[in-house]
Amino acid sequence: MTDVPVRRAGTRASWIFRPRVRSAIIQILLVALVALIGWYIFRTTRQNIAAQRLVTGFDFFWVESGFSISQTLIPFNENNTYARAFLVGLLNTLFVSALGVILATGIGFLVGIGRLSQNWIISRLCGAYVEVIRNLPLLFQILFWYLAVLTALPVPRQSISIFNEIFVNNRGITVPKFVFGEGGGLVFGAAAVGVLLALIVSWLARSRTIATGKLVQVWPINLALVLGLPLVCFFYFGVSISIDQPVLKGFNFVGGLRIIPEFLALLIALATYTAAFIAEIVRAGILAVPRGQTEAASALGLRRSKVLRLVVVPQALRVIVPPLTSQYLNLIKNSSLAVSIGYPDLVSVFAGTTLNNTGQAIEILGITMLVYLCISLVISLAMNIYNRRIALKER
Amino acid sequence: MSAAFVREQTLPPRAAPFAATGAKAWVMQRLFATPRDIAMTVIGFAAFVLIAMPLIRFLFLDAVWRGENRDACAHVLTGACWPFVAAKFNQFIYGFYPLDQLWRPNIVFALGAVLLVPLAIPSAPLKRLNALLFFVVYPVVSFVLLTGGNLNPEHFILGYVIRLEDHVDFVWHGMRAAFWLDYAFSSLALSLAVALIGRVFGTPISTALKVMVGFFALLALLIAPTDADFGLSWVETREWGGLLVTLVVAVTGIVAALPIGILLALGRRSEMRLVRWASVAFIEFWRGVPLITVLFFATYMLPLFLPGGANIERLVRALIGVALFSGAYMAEVVRGGLAAVPKGQYESAAALGLGYWQTMLLIILPQALTNVIPGIVNNFIGLFKDTTLVQIVAILDLLGQIRSAFSDPNWASPTTLYTGFAFAGAIYFAFCFAMSRYSLFLERRAGASQLRMETNRT
Repeated sequence: MTDVPVRRAGTRASWIFRPRVRSAIIQILLVALVALIGWYIFRTTRQNIAAQRLVTGFDFFWVESGFSISQTLIPFNENNTYARAFLVGLLNTLFVSALGVILATGIGFLVGIGRLSQNWIISRLCGAYVEVIRNLPLLFQILFWYLAVLTALPVPRQSISIFNEIFVNNRGITVPKFVFGEGGGLVFGAAAVGVLLALIVSWLARSRTIATGKLVQVWPINLALVLGLPLVCFFYFGVSISIDQPVLKGFNFVGGLRIIPEFLALLIALATYTAAFIAEIVRAGILAVPRGQTEAASALGLRRSKVLRLVVVPQALRVIVPPLTSQYLNLIKNSSLAVSIGYPDLVSVFAGTTLNNTGQAIEILGITMLVYLCISLVISLAMNIYNRRIALKER
Repeated sequence: MSAAFVREQTLPPRAAPFAATGAKAWVMQRLFATPRDIAMTVIGFAAFVLIAMPLIRFLFLDAVWRGENRDACAHVLTGACWPFVAAKFNQFIYGFYPLDQLWRPNIVFALGAVLLVPLAIPSAPLKRLNALLFFVVYPVVSFVLLTGGNLNPEHFILGYVIRLEDHVDFVWHGMRAAFWLDYAFSSLALSLAVALIGRVFGTPISTALKVMVGFFALLALLIAPTDADFGLSWVETREWGGLLVTLVVAVTGIVAALPIGILLALGRRSEMRLVRWASVAFIEFWRGVPLITVLFFATYMLPLFLPGGANIERLVRALIGVALFSGAYMAEVVRGGLAAVPKGQYESAAALGLGYWQTMLLIILPQALTNVIPGIVNNFIGLFKDTTLVQIVAILDLLGQIRSAFSDPNWASPTTLYTGFAFAGAIYFAFCFAMSRYSLFLERRAGASQLRMETNRT
């Protein structure tokens, strides 16, 4: 619109009607408003802090925490700093989220495919699962698993024992722990290398299949790599291995590896809850694949499982991945409900205990929110890249 | 390539299928088609029986129905203890709301149902009036009924400068003349100022004055009931609890989220870069953090941000947090609706000479919002479930109230805990399931009308 329309003499269009000027004014006003609100909040906060004699700053990070944490992936005790407590909480959040994502994806795909099953009972059971789980609050389910199932188990003295090795009681599940002697690190290193090599082999086999059309059996090679390599390492270097058996002593078990009920309750609830949503996403994704694809695949003589695996799921993934990402993000954010049952996640340890001990709400809540924001942004970024890769390439 | 096998004779025909239609065929195809299917059917049926039978026994067959205290349930190990729920029923629904004032939340519940049912039925008449009553009048009435109203605000704007109350002390039904004179003068002054600024931008003074005065008159109509003294006693929100709090948080959250969400969604689609960035930042921030941190923020940080913030009641602070949080989610729902409005609608509105707000309010938003009603209902279901989180900041909602009743020694029995969970689960499920079915019904209906439109076009 470069041409200025013809105007009658005497009327004058004010410069103020130009869209660019207007939008500039509105944007300046917006910035001014935001700045004003920000300044106002900053000022009142400073006054309030001064009036309540609150401590500010990040020095508390290097103070001894003085509390212990029931589950830690890295060593932690009362003498460690709040910074380390923060790290422990963050790792616990990531740990339960990662396991939750894997479990939820597995259950979700099973239930979602089960809902489309020819078998009436299976499809009805899967449908009932989705409806019941989706329509109950997650916190309700976490509390149910924690209070009504796991802490209602018998006391350690009357534990349910499985083969006299695994003991289930109201303090959690105690399992024997494998303790590696010298060279244990080598075995784990070999396992990691094995997994890496297996991935490379699968990738090579895939490109060969695409190039030549011949199927290559890779699973024996991969099995040998993943299991064999560490085993060879184990025997070659003569790594000693001992088993730390749990033993009932007094009122509780000593030794072994104890999985705390808080963790179990949170993991089960998160996985089953998110799985119900994933199941619906998977179902919608599969239904979005045209019927002709399934029929054509069956006409080629593929079995039902192969039809699903080779033809339907790869196409359905395009529809499934974007909403799946937001479910993963929901799961990570929902893991913060740990605070309701005392699983030591980031919110529970940092925004709970540390906040109560130090009283520095602004710094601590700010950092906590920032951490979740970063996790969300990183995952959506990664999923966007993946999504672009599997998107339909129209030529 | 050479064929490995070529059949030379015709195969003998297979026997006719056992049945293709009817009950028998259905059973054969849907339950016992292959050996694997038979196994799955047996396992599925076993799972169903293993879950359903104990549940039925717990809820009905073995349940205790009558009793005064724990003695009635102490001996039962596999049945629900319903007298526990009966004894605590008032607490579960109203919390510690004064017993002689229960008629007030009851009216609020009833009024909500009366307004919501016709609003939810697509063919019911007077939709616009109904929506106005539900979204504007009902919140004010509920607020007055539940809290008691009679807020007695001190100043509006000018009152902070000129202390009118020193000169005027006339009070009419709890409404003080000092405040309302302040309100009248302040709003007139503001209207005049806006009209004068508008004059620079070319809006006629009379139009601007009409709009502004109308706005302040409506605002006065909303403020007046909360100021007036209806003779209701003041009930602090700390005494509220149970289902009442659950519904208050959920409904306030969704009603406040609508305007916030619409503004943010419009901002996100704006052509002005800074407006867009600000909206995106706001939306992504609240969507990126868990609701618990938002509630912690509202409980611990908000009092520091606002002058006299420590005096704001706990529930109100939580409500502010919930409103911001659900506003961001609502923005994404509305944005979907805006994106679905065909471009031609914008262009026709522009061709008619409508400005931005006229286009949005008269043409675009009515279509966009009708399209996303199922999305709004789904959002509400999520919010309804999320209200349970307020118990973490020590506000007792339905679940929190039930949980706190577990520790009552009068009702300590083997199945008290399970009974409480059953009751809570039944209520949450009933609400959420009904709403999700309703949303599904709306989606199907929208899908059908879409289909109709498409078939008419061809």
